[in-house]
Amino acid sequence: MPLFDRKDKSRYATFSRRTLISAGAMTGIFSVLAGRLYQLQILDFDEFMTQAEDNRISERLVTPPRGRIVDRFGVELANDRRNYRVLLVPEQVQGSAIASVDAVSRLVPISPTQREKTLRDISENRSFTPIVVVENLSWDDFARINLHLPYLPGIQPDVGETRAYPFGASFAHVLGYVASVGPDDKKDDKDPLLDQPGFRIGKRGIEKAFDKQIRGRPGVTRVEVNAHGRIIRELSRDAATPGEDVHLTLDSALQNKVSECLGSESAACVVMDAVTGDVLALESSPGFDPNLFNIGISTTKWRALTTNDHSPLMNKALAGAYPPGSTFKSVIAAAAVDAGIAVPGFTVFCSGSLTLGNHNFHCWKRGGHGTMDLRGAIKNSCDVYFYETARRLGIDRIEKAAHAFGFGAATGIEVPGERSGAIPGRAWKLRRFGVPWQQGETLVTAIGQGYVLTTPLQLCTMTARIASGKAVLPRIVHSVGAEHQPPVPAGPLEFSAAALDAVRGGMDATANEPGGTAYAWRITEPGFEMAGKTGTAQVRVITRDERARGVVKNEHLPWKLRDHALFVAYAPVLNPRYACAVIVEHGAVAAHPQVQMARDILLFAQQRDVANRPTAYPATSAGAIVTKRG
Amino acid sequence: MASSFAVSARRPLTTGEKLLEINWGFLLLITLIASAGFAMLYSIAGSSFSPWAGPQMLRFGIGLALLIVVAMVDIRVWMGLAYPAYGVALLLLVAVESIGHVGLGAQRWIALGPLQIQPSEMMKITLVLALARYLHGIGVEEVSKPSKLLIPLAMIAAPAALVLHQPNLGTAIILVLDGCALLFLAGLSWWWITPTIGGAAAAVPVIWQFLHDYQKQRVMTFLNPQDDALGAGWNITQAKIAIGSGGFTGKGFLEGTQSRLNFLPEKQTDFIVTAFAEEFGFLGCMVLLALFATVIFYGIRIAMTSHSQFGRLVAMGVTLNFFFYIMINGLMVMGLIPVVGIPMPLVSYGGSAMLTVMFGFGLLMSVHVHRRTEVPQRASGII
Repeated sequence: MPLFDRKDKSRYATFSRRTLISAGAMTGIFSVLAGRLYQLQILDFDEFMTQAEDNRISERLVTPPRGRIVDRFGVELANDRRNYRVLLVPEQVQGSAIASVDAVSRLVPISPTQREKTLRDISENRSFTPIVVVENLSWDDFARINLHLPYLPGIQPDVGETRAYPFGASFAHVLGYVASVGPDDKKDDKDPLLDQPGFRIGKRGIEKAFDKQIRGRPGVTRVEVNAHGRIIRELSRDAATPGEDVHLTLDSALQNKVSECLGSESAACVVMDAVTGDVLALESSPGFDPNLFNIGISTTKWRALTTNDHSPLMNKALAGAYPPGSTFKSVIAAAAVDAGIAVPGFTVFCSGSLTLGNHNFHCWKRGGHGTMDLRGAIKNSCDVYFYETARRLGIDRIEKAAHAFGFGAATGIEVPGERSGAIPGRAWKLRRFGVPWQQGETLVTAIGQGYVLTTPLQLCTMTARIASGKAVLPRIVHSVGAEHQPPVPAGPLEFSAAALDAVRGGMDATANEPGGTAYAWRITEPGFEMAGKTGTAQVRVITRDERARGVVKNEHLPWKLRDHALFVAYAPVLNPRYACAVIVEHGAVAAHPQVQMARDILLFAQQRDVANRPTAYPATSAGAIVTKRG
Repeated sequence: MASSFAVSARRPLTTGEKLLEINWGFLLLITLIASAGFAMLYSIAGSSFSPWAGPQMLRFGIGLALLIVVAMVDIRVWMGLAYPAYGVALLLLVAVESIGHVGLGAQRWIALGPLQIQPSEMMKITLVLALARYLHGIGVEEVSKPSKLLIPLAMIAAPAALVLHQPNLGTAIILVLDGCALLFLAGLSWWWITPTIGGAAAAVPVIWQFLHDYQKQRVMTFLNPQDDALGAGWNITQAKIAIGSGGFTGKGFLEGTQSRLNFLPEKQTDFIVTAFAEEFGFLGCMVLLALFATVIFYGIRIAMTSHSQFGRLVAMGVTLNFFFYIMINGLMVMGLIPVVGIPMPLVSYGGSAMLTVMFGFGLLMSVHVHRRTEVPQRASGII
């Protein structure tokens, strides 16, 4: 017991009492702490254990490699190229990250925009996130970085994958391109891959139409992460399913030839196997470099594409609907034979114009062609002959014949964006304009003007049907992965052999008889001769005034006002195999560029013997591709 | 026992005798508690002594040496130093307002060459000393006289207001609690205590007006942590997950996923206990609580055996200070009170708090060693 004086004794008593109270209070608080621990660790253990596991394990998607797109001979048109790139992990850098970027730029060139992007990425991301410093390096540049690696802390050489189109612009309209995922893409597609950073989705063409198959299915890797999202280690991995390859019916060599022939013209061309309907080349010119969209196109380049008056972003072969002009006369001719109008010996006298009611319908040749039979009318493209024939046929039979050749409806080709064009008729006009059909309109229709609209693909399909005598349909996709699309067996055409022979004869004469509208640009190589039909599509209305003064030559008009030049052809004349349609916008000039193009293309196709070469399609096939054709 | 005691009371102890008098069991006890801290700092650093466990062990070593040195000094010397030390600490608190460093948005430090001084930590010790000295000098019936009460109240209020202004709410609360506890132990009348507690409860809405935005936010977050589960509520939510997922036996040493994978905020300082709870579970926590309780039990016993009112008040002041740390930190990490920046004594990483606690235990030990020393009413003449 402590010693006390009297005064301290009372203090000690109070102190002891109060200390006891304090000790009681402290015991109470300790009980609260212990009770709370019991609650959290014993009673609520299960709940918190689950939450801790959720914190720890994160499932991450593994992006599958995108499938290739190849041509009929196995040539890669779109592939996943190795992308040699240099990454920087800011937290591993000794000194400043900017100094590291500069160190890399002394070894390989870095563009100012890339440098700016890199520095922005560094400041916006966590310090353990790898940042791209430079990509798409050549092997030599990449090797140089690897050599200097010991002196570049925080720098990681990396091989990524990126979509590449080896042929650039030539296949842009068929293949389309891939680009970053936009908000619209996610509306109907809940594939979690779309949320992957840097993921690319097909935006046009085949890349878009078969995106789901080409895309593949994601793999999953389960990783242990910390609160900052840093991966500590991988726990398990389910590999991604690579995207499926798409085999096209195209021949890359022919496609490149077409691309070369069209040059810088605003033009379109389709080449088909007239027997099977396989599209061998489909080109719209000018094209664009699809690789730009993958990397991210600059505003200047995008504006240049959208404001160009040659519309490089439009696939004119499918989405361009043009008046077919005189190429449509083949339809009238075939219908006239089967209707018993253009019987042997049937002729029309062309004086240069035909009068119907109080209207004069002019022939393109002011002096007239004189007496014309069917063969001569096609060869000379005599308008008056077809005015008269059409007048006797009537619009109903013309309409039916046009549909039989494939006009007025989409062909159902696998490339998206196809237009159906238009074939006018009585019901069509009443529905469209609410007024009845006029007979004069039948005459205008006969020479492929007025309401008639066709796509180059439809014109090519028509030509193939004339050449083969079968109702062939175009297809451009042979197979997607293991799913194989057999060529659609072509049904019989609703025309007699005599009718088709008559049209073929006229087209042969057009190209191979002196005086034919395409004779000057015929194929002279024996055995490779082509048969064809020229056409001109009016872009503007020719006024009565102009008619009076004499037709102004297209060469003397501004480019935008010149007529479109068309040509459809098949080759060889005997046993035709290749059908071709060419349109050159505002190209109706004396030199007939469209005929020259078709000549060079058809000659190339025959000499290369595209249709008979062994293909490199996958051997096994099962099931059929589900397309809109059904 | 009684004879040896009578002898020793009359003559000053030699240094050797003093060393023998030190309660070495108590030192072993606090070393055990600190070791729990070392283990956790090692674990959360990913099984590494750097950056935390190594320096912490060094500091604890220095702290132990300091404790022994402080224990050797006669309590009458500490009594003589009480007012001057309090005055210096108060001056430094004023100084920190003008020249202090801003750490984590609050002015708390003064740089003296390589040393960083945290006057608010110093104040926790000097306030206890100064109040003990004052209350030692007056009788139990005098404590409740308004004229005598005014001075200790001012001694508490001045530093508390300065610390609150820094702003450091946690330390201000500790200072007020320390001071009021000493007044209570010295025998303050219930006629003062009861109305004060009632008044304080009524004043809560008024105090709310004077809180900083971040303090208000902490309170709001505490009340509704789910409202902001990824923002300010993150701390509370993650801390509770860490503790709860420990279960009965814990996940095992070095196996805590919450703490080792960075889900815990400020895991090495204020929230270190959550890492301990995760790895050692309910059993480990009970052992730790028992160790803390034993320290407090020792403190009370030392206070009760002291022959002087100064010794008793210093011993209880230090012990209660230690308890308040445990209470506030414990309630905070378990989500029972809003987050205030108070570390777990001996366990949390940090130099200042460690030295303060060890200095306090040094005083406690000094009271123990000098428990039979008679302390005059007035300190004059000692120093």
